[in-house]
Amino acid sequence: MSTPEIEEVAEAMLELVTVTKGKKNLKAMDLTKAMIEKFGDENVDKKLCKKAIRSLIDSGRCVYSYFGGSYITLPSEETQEG
Amino acid sequence: MATKDLKIPLLEELEKGPWPSFVTEIKKSADNPMARDTLRQLEKSYEDKISHWKHGGLVGVMGYGGGVIGRYSDSPEEFPEVKEFHTYRVNQPSGWFYNTEALRTLCDIWEKHGSGLTNMHGSTGDMIFLGSTTEAIEPCFADLTEAGFDLGGSGSDVRTPSCCVGPGRCEWACYDTLDACYDITQEFQDELHRPAFPYKFKFKFSGCPNDCVASIARSDMSVIGTWKDNIQINQDEVANYAKNGVDIEAEICELCPTKCISWNGKTISIDNSNCVKCMHCINVMPKALSPGKERGATILIGAKAPIIGGALLATVFVPFLEMEEGYEDLKELAEALWDFWGEYGKNRERIGEFIQRVGLANFLDEIGLEPIPEMIAHPRTNPYIFFEDELEEEDE
Ligand code: SF4
Ligand code: SF4
Repeated sequence: MSTPEIEEVAEAMLELVTVTKGKKNLKAMDLTKAMIEKFGDENVDKKLCKKAIRSLIDSGRCVYSYFGGSYITLPSEETQEG
Repeated sequence: MATKDLKIPLLEELEKGPWPSFVTEIKKSADNPMARDTLRQLEKSYEDKISHWKHGGLVGVMGYGGGVIGRYSDSPEEFPEVKEFHTYRVNQPSGWFYNTEALRTLCDIWEKHGSGLTNMHGSTGDMIFLGSTTEAIEPCFADLTEAGFDLGGSGSDVRTPSCCVGPGRCEWACYDTLDACYDITQEFQDELHRPAFPYKFKFKFSGCPNDCVASIARSDMSVIGTWKDNIQINQDEVANYAKNGVDIEAEICELCPTKCISWNGKTISIDNSNCVKCMHCINVMPKALSPGKERGATILIGAKAPIIGGALLATVFVPFLEMEEGYEDLKELAEALWDFWGEYGKNRERIGEFIQRVGLANFLDEIGLEPIPEMIAHPRTNPYIFFEDELEEEDE
């Protein structure tokens, strides 16, 4: 496997956030670890993942949510914590 | 007057006595419907003995993961004006230096977009703007940035760094706290606005061991000014203090924690190799004594206030660091800490708790620092650090 583009990693992150919706909240580090596992640590590092997260957030595909800690979620998840 | 038909007898109890009252202050803003409903809802909380605020959820500005804390009323029909009552953290200037124009600008922005109520300042240091609707967040943020301000941190990110007034007003500053705080804030913008840690991470900068921002108790990375040469002494001024009634033996020598000062009735001498830089003698005789000339900072890691688990004081990691412009060593150390803690820290585990869990020796190993005697918090306790060279020598 070769080094993926930032967008490819961002899309893989988005897919993960989408399939885990309602089951597990993911933090930035959970996404980073999952991408390193998926693409291999020779192809993806924390810096690249940081850029991918930035792209996800800046484009509005994902947002940060606070449920006792900061998680990355889909924009539609308008949940509140009591 | 807007408070006439406001029925808040329990809150008004808090106006009695000689001290300032937040109730009195909020009443002054009771023309604002949000401020008014804040008081009404709070009165109900006092009656019911339960908070009627809910917090969390999804509020903020585009691209940021912190800076606005979602807050809602659990009784929106009864208190419609505080149905949404979000809190903003606005990054304060280094050392909290404002001119009146800046303060007026901030207040005007907040009166336009929110309740007008502020809290100057929150315990992290930010200016706290209390109460706006969700709809008002983006326009308020636009006005703040237009005026040169930015949101601070919240959630699992770098919290807004803070510092003492340092060389801006204080002759004891051993480095430029204002510059270091500003530089670190700028450098770690990404970490401040995009939460990526297990939990919060605070930087606090104090210019000398008096530690006016309580960094040793309140920050994950505490940067405290210190010196490594001798305390500067003006013997004429020492004599003046004695002449003016200071009992040098009782008030200085006896209270020095390491008893390293002596007084012969005319002059004092200090055994600087035993001085632990507590600042006591300097605080008592500021005209006679001042920190040495070779100045820098001690870096301590891992303090926290008791929110989850008990309070922790910070541990020395670097006894002396020259605080040169650019602060490259400091930044490198912070990134090494985040790398390890970020990967293995549990959700809502502060770095001090993480160090306790994995053990200081393992932690140091991972971030590439050598153990040193200054890291031992209490003398003659087992630091659980084995010096490999010594072990190897003994094995041979
Ligand atoms: S911490 Fe020290 S340098 Fe800073 S304001 Fe306090 S006394 Fe002055
Ligand atoms: S700074 Fe503290 S330890 Fe050092 S000489 Fe003064 S009183 Fe003693």
